[in-house]
This record gives sequence, C-alpha cells and structure tokens, in this order.
Amino acid sequence: MSLLKKTATEQAQALAAKQISATELVQEHYAQIKAVDNEVKAFLYLDEKNALAQAATIDKKRAAGEKLSPLAGIPLALKDVMAQANVPTTCGSKILEGWRPPYDATLVTKLKANDVVILGKTNMDEFAMGSSTENSAFGPTHNPWDLTRIPGGSSGGSAAAVAAFEAPISIGTDTGGSIRQPAAVCGIVGVKPTYGSVSRYGLIAFSSSLDQAGPFARTVEDAAMVHAAIAGFDPKDSTSINSPVPDFVSAARKKDVKGLKIGVVKELSGDGYQTGVAEKFSQTLDLLVSLGAQIVEVSCPNFQYALAAYYLVAPSECSSNLARFDAMRYGLRVGDDGQRSAEEVMNLTRQAGFGREVKRRIILGTYALSSGYYDAYYGSAQKVRTLIKQDFDNAFKSADVLVSPTAPTTAFKIGEKANDPLAMYLNDIATIPVNMAGICGLSLPNGLASEDQLPSGFQIMAPAMADDRLYLVGGAIEAALKDKWGKPFWEFAPKLKGSKC
Amino acid sequence: MLTFSEAMTKFEPTLGLEVHVELNTKSKMFCGCATEFGAAPNTQTCPVCLGLPGSLPVVNKRAIESTILIGLALNCEIAPFSRFARKNYFYPDMPKNFQTSQYDEPICKNGFLDVQIETDEGPKKFRIEIERVHMEEDTGKSSHVGGATGRIHGAEYSLLDYNRAGIPLIEIVTKMITGTGKYAPQVARAYVTELRDIVKSLQVSDVRMEQGSLRCDANVSLAPISSGKLGTRSETKNVNSLRSIERAVQSEIERHANLLSKGERVVQETRHFLEDSGLTRPGRSKEQAEDYRYFPEPDLVPVAPTKELIESLRKKLPEKPSERRKRLQQEWNVPDKEMTAMVNADLLDTVAQTIEAGAEKTLARSWWMGEISRIANEKNVVPTQLIAINDVVELINLISTGELTDKLARQVLAGVIDGEGNPKSVMEKRGLKVVSDDSALMQAIAAAIAAQPETAEKVRAGNIPASGALIGAVMKSTGGQANAARVRELLLKHLGQQP
Repeated sequence: MSLLKKTATEQAQALAAKQISATELVQEHYAQIKAVDNEVKAFLYLDEKNALAQAATIDKKRAAGEKLSPLAGIPLALKDVMAQANVPTTCGSKILEGWRPPYDATLVTKLKANDVVILGKTNMDEFAMGSSTENSAFGPTHNPWDLTRIPGGSSGGSAAAVAAFEAPISIGTDTGGSIRQPAAVCGIVGVKPTYGSVSRYGLIAFSSSLDQAGPFARTVEDAAMVHAAIAGFDPKDSTSINSPVPDFVSAARKKDVKGLKIGVVKELSGDGYQTGVAEKFSQTLDLLVSLGAQIVEVSCPNFQYALAAYYLVAPSECSSNLARFDAMRYGLRVGDDGQRSAEEVMNLTRQAGFGREVKRRIILGTYALSSGYYDAYYGSAQKVRTLIKQDFDNAFKSADVLVSPTAPTTAFKIGEKANDPLAMYLNDIATIPVNMAGICGLSLPNGLASEDQLPSGFQIMAPAMADDRLYLVGGAIEAALKDKWGKPFWEFAPKLKGSKC
Repeated sequence: MLTFSEAMTKFEPTLGLEVHVELNTKSKMFCGCATEFGAAPNTQTCPVCLGLPGSLPVVNKRAIESTILIGLALNCEIAPFSRFARKNYFYPDMPKNFQTSQYDEPICKNGFLDVQIETDEGPKKFRIEIERVHMEEDTGKSSHVGGATGRIHGAEYSLLDYNRAGIPLIEIVTKMITGTGKYAPQVARAYVTELRDIVKSLQVSDVRMEQGSLRCDANVSLAPISSGKLGTRSETKNVNSLRSIERAVQSEIERHANLLSKGERVVQETRHFLEDSGLTRPGRSKEQAEDYRYFPEPDLVPVAPTKELIESLRKKLPEKPSERRKRLQQEWNVPDKEMTAMVNADLLDTVAQTIEAGAEKTLARSWWMGEISRIANEKNVVPTQLIAINDVVELINLISTGELTDKLARQVLAGVIDGEGNPKSVMEKRGLKVVSDDSALMQAIAAAIAAQPETAEKVRAGNIPASGALIGAVMKSTGGQANAARVRELLLKHLGQQP
C-alpha cells in the first residue's frame, strides 16, 4: 500500500512498526518525483544516491534496536536557500550556479541529527524575492492543484513538493510571507516561526532582520514535529533566542480552543480580498465560535504602512547581503579574459548573474541607504516597524492569537502578474506585518474558494516565542474542518498525471 | 621653495590622527579562526571570514574587553549600548563587500591622552583629545603580481590572502589637534609613541608597526596663522614607523605651505608616504566622497557591556607608561636627557627587560644605546632585530664577572651578530676569554721583563709610571685578553713595588 498520501506522523508509525523500511519510503517518494515533477518542477536537484545511503543506514540503526528520532527515515524537501554541504545550492540564481557549500546550515545539521532524509533542493524565487516562484532563474514551479497556476513564493518548490506528495514535509523560508502564502495557495500547512527561534546560520540571507526558516507539511501536527526538530538556540547565530522551546507537538494534539480569544484584524480584510477567500475565512470564524472560542475585533492602524516599509527594509538589507556575489571566490564568473579589471568582471558577472527582480531590489535598497536618503527611507521604515510591533502588542492584550486570510487571493495564473511588481507585492499584504514585528504565524488549508475551487489559507498569528499557540489553534481548526468535510483537505486535490497516489 | 621653518612663520597646522591597532586575540573578530601572523595564505579561514553565503558573524567577547581596556586607558566614556554597522563598498580583498565596523555608535568616546615633547622652552605637555575608539574587522590582503610598482595598476594578476580578513581592528580617532605650531611633527610622533606604549602595556596587541599591527593615518591641513579658518586636508595612509609619522607630517606641511603660498589649492585626497624620499604621493581623490551606505548590522545584536564588566576591567588597568617611565628613571638614577634618548630610540622596554633578566643597570643601558645601536644603525635595522635580549644579558654578565673586558665583549658581540652562537660559545670558540690564570700571566710578565731589562730596572728603582710599557707588552703578547689591572698588580709585586 502506498504511503505517499499518509502524513509524516503516519509514515513514522509505519517505519517504527517496521511495516516499511526507510529505504522503501524514500524510493517511493523518488518514484513519485520522477512521475510528476517533470510537470510540477518543484525540485532543482535530487540527492538520490546520498539519500538512499542515508536511508539504508537508518534501517540498520532501527534493525539494531537504536533509539531513533520520531522523524528518522522521513523524507524532506529542502528549499535551495539553505546551505547543505557538498550539494549544489543556487538560491534559484544563475550567479551561484555550480557552488557547493563546504558546510551545513545549522538547520540541516539538526535535520541530519534527527535522521531526516533530505531528498533534494527545491525551486524558489531567485534569492527568495517573489511571491510566485516565477523569478527562479531555472523556470517556474507549477501549482499541483492547477498546473497553469503559480505555487506561491518564494518557497514555491517546497510547497508544491508537499502538495504533490513528492515529500511529506519540507523546509521553506519566510521573509514577508514566503512560507505562509505558498502554503495557502498549495493547500498545505506552513509555519513562519518567531524570528530568532530557528537558527539562520546557513540560510543564505535575503533580508537578515526578517528571514526565518520554517516547516511545510500536510497537517498541523507534522509541521509541529518538524518545527520542534529545527528550533532552538544556536551560538553561531547572534540573533538566536536563548530560551526554552515550547512543546509544539502536544499543542497540536490538544485540539481545544474553549475560552480562547481570537482577534480578527480589521485592517486585514475588505477590498482586495477575493470574495471566496473572505467567505471561507468568515465560515471558519463561525466554526471557532462553535468550538467555544471567543471572537474579538482588533485594530492595527499601522499595518497600512507595513508593505511600504517592508519594501525599504528588505531591499536595503538585500543590497548589502547580495554584494558578496562578485565572481571573486565562488559561483559564476563572466568576462574574465585576462585583460579586464576585477571591477569590470564583477560588473559583467552581476549583470549576467542576477535576474530582473533581484536587480530591481538591489537598486531600490542601494538608493534607500544612500547618504541624504537614509533617514527618510531606511530610518522611517525602522520607525514603522516599531509602530507595527506596538500594534501587535496592543492587539495581543485583548486576544490570544490574531487571525486573517493568509493571502488575499487564490493562486493566479503563471505570467499573470509577472510584469506588474506592485500587484505581485500585494500578495504579501497580510503576511508581512508578522515578519516586520518578528513574531510567528501559521497558515493552514481553509477550503476551496467558491469561484475558482482553489485552496485558500487561514492565517494564525501569535506573540514572539508563543509559537505553541499557532499549533493549539491550528490543530483545533484542522480537526473541525476535517470533520466538516468528511476527509482531509488533500483528498480534494486533483490527481496529477502519472501520480503514484 | 618654502622651508619648513619658513612655512611655520606663515601657517599653522591642524592634525587629525587615526590609528589602527590589530588586537592580539587568539581568534578573529567574528569567527573562531586563528590570527597568527605569517601563516601560509588562506589557511586561517572559514565560511564566516570568507563571507560564504549563509554564514553569520558572532562577536568575539575578548575583543570587546580589549577595546574597553583601551578606552579606559585613554580616559574615554564607555557606551552602555553600541552597535556595529555595515560599511558597503566593493573590493576583492573584502569577502562580503562590506566591512563590519562601528559607525555612529562607537563603544568608547571622548577621551584624552597627554604627551610631552622637548621644545625650545624645555619640556612641554600637549593634551590630545580622543574622539572615539571603535571596533571593526580587518580586510584580506591583495598582492599585485607583475608590473613595476607592486600596485594594482599595471599588474598582471592579483593574489588574495584572507588570513587577515576578520582580524579584530581597533580604530582610535583624535579630535582636531591644534596649537602645536612648528612642533606638529613631534607631537604626532609623541602621540603615536605614547598610544603604542599604552596599548602595549595593556597586552592587547603586539603593536608592531613593521608588521602592520599598528598603523597610522595622518590628516594634515594648513591655514594662515590667526585666520581662524581650517584648510583643506590631506590624509596620508598607513604610515608604518614612528620616524615616518614625524617625517610624513613635516613633508605634508611643507607641501601644503608651498601650494598655498603660490595661491594654489590643496586637493582633498589620500596620500601614501614614501620611505625613501620622505615625500608623499597622491592616492585616490576624496573630492567626491564615497557613499558607504552605512546601516546597522542586522546580523549582530548591540554590544551592551555591564557596569560590573567595565569596573572589573578598570581594575585590571596596569601602571601607565608615563608613570612607569618616571619610576624607572628613579630606580635607574638616570638623567632626563638619557631617559628621553632611550624613549626616542624605542629601547626603554628592551633595557628594562635586560635589567629584569639580571644584567647590571648601567651596562644594560650603555650597551643597547651604544655599541648595539651603532651597529644596528650601520646595518639599517632596529637594535632588537640584531640580537636577542637574553644574549645581551649573557654578554653583560660576562663583563660583570670579569670574564670579558669591554674590548673583548665588542668582539664577542660581533660574533653573536654574525650568527656564531651565543656570547659564551663565541667567547670560547674565538678564545676571547680574559686570561685570569696568574701563572700564565707571570710567564708573559717574565718574558716582557726579559725583553726590556732597562725598563724593569727603572720600575725596581721606584719609577712606577715606567711600568706602563711592560704592561703594554704583556697585553700585546696575550692578545688583549689579560686583565690589565691584574697584570699591573702582579708586575709591580714581582718588581718589589707596592701596587
């Protein structure tokens, strides 16, 4: 029997019961990848040989009766923004083509320590800049629910891989919504942990003060299990928070929201939200009331400046973070004919190696940091961040968690917004405030929008280091929706051509 | 052409000195790599100091403590909260293409340092105000290969060594130094000397200018006397010896004065000091100031030293170099002039260490300041490069015990410098030991008397001064290895006279 549609928790049980070996489970996922990924295009690189060798080792350990992590032998897809030793790591960019990091990201080290099997690296918007994965230098990823549509971004490859049953779990990164928005439009669960709670060491920086890695899964509990494995203090990351990690898995299993106060953010609704998305959101609020939760309306007046401030902070930091890609030490080198100066080679390489969106943001950021403009742009944007934090602080005085639709729309067509950066940026209107304040957020499947029968997402936001609340509320909603629908959400997904499940 | 003293009758200089000190921490500023000088290229690197994608910096705690120590020794305020910033510019020896450096929030500010120089009116004290002491990371090192000058222009290719990338660097910046008049070059030198001695006493840096662990940028501008104005400045970069600082400042003052008195304008630019000519040549122009797009380093948290840490560091401050000099001068009982000479020759610590290791005070001073300095001067090296302190101690002890005379010791010194071994073995190999065996001396005396019987008779008759010729003959026949006093004593006794 195929385990592809099983949750990671169920797969782990089958492994523990020795109903299947890790090798078989990994092989089954590679077979699914080979069957569907020529159309989905979630992966940039498959590390099949190493993954199978690792699975064989895990099988031996299990046979020898070693005590293993609950995730041991579970396959995972890794966003190509994370450094993995000796495995090509491109960030979806030509400029890094051929680079193999000599070291593992801390997150990768932790996954390996848990015997998670990394199948390969997934596609993404170049340097995580985008909301559709169309900005990858290696071509777009397609949404498994409708191959003509985008899978969201920037972590579109990791989201699509889980939605297409190519992997039960995956890792993405979220700078302004890059985990939650793809999770929403691909109909899966995605979590942006509290800033500083998952190490950024080895996460190739887009915007250092906003980037955070987190899990994708098909269920809230699976996400909690991955989150628990990657969270925790890391002395290699100065911004890492040194405090105990809450018990995410127990929270996910509790499924009880009685008496909880759920804050609906007034500013994250209204114009710009697709009717079907708004409908589903409001139905789930009713469901929460029926579960015994209390709905309160909260106002966060400064959220209206979040998008504008984000597009100053993130490009500013990226203009500096991406300066290191200069052809001198690794990656692409263009025009080195023995005559040109180092500076000319740098220019030619960066011209050829970066895509349009990356260049647009580097130019934006360079301008915003320029002498004479710094205070008006970067300085003001930092003040807005403080105001957004204050809005959240106030809102959390009257609510345990805040909620909103994750993305204003369902998945749009590939190419539809490619030439309209502003329309593209608006996809992240509901997710950006969480990054700006450094708090945590989760998106879970919230049913199909009536007008296009595509997945919509429900976002839960909680205070910094209270990520367990995401799982508490998310787990309860997920269970109630499953009861309502009579089956898990992924059973609504159309079968992909050639799919093994 | 205006000379320096003519220039000083028309213009007054303003100085600004920026000193970079490489800390001697075991590991780099933001990673665990070793910092040892002279290792094979690119062997002391890791993903962090190579700026590999995904790597992150972590501040070296020891570097912060060292910087606070320097700040305290320079009478600075220590900021309870300071941050690192990114200084953005492209250069191949900078792996991230930004330098992580403190900018508008330095860890130490508003200090001062008093220096004393000799003026026409005697010793005079100048107070140099310190604007800031901040932390940053060093860059890698480029070597330009091919081409005549070793500079990037005209080079065939360049080699990059990132061993130095990320080594903790402290920058100490003065406020504008005014009111020095014609003493500006000496004040500049005295300031860097005093600063170097302070940092050295804190044991936080090797402060070896020749290895670049202390380097100075000298800003100079000139304005007509009493004009109340400030002239355009030039910045002479990376001056790497105390003497060069004095020369560079003087040379820049002369150059500015000549431009200004011809009605020409001084270009705001960086310049390089040329050791051979004592002149400076232009570097890159700073007329259009580069925009470094500073912003707070998001990968680091603010530096927030506790009061307890600052106070515990304050307790660790050693004796100030100026106080130590005063104390040593008293202990050694040397006049001002000789003390100043030792300080200027940069031999004070060497002499002190020689004495601490057991050498006699006066000999230690006179050998370092005399014969050793003379030879070093001839060979154009610094005295400490010529001979190790323990060899000097050994040499002086051989003199003190009477095994070597001054004259013999000079020959031994030459042998040690030529690499023949330590003083004792050179003495033995060359057979230079003082002949103190009385019977051997008596043989030589007998031979001298036999050769000059009339002189011997004169001495027997009481003409003591006549003994000089006999003593000379003995010294000659023993190749100068006899102790002349002992020879005299034995000779007079043998000829029936009271020595």
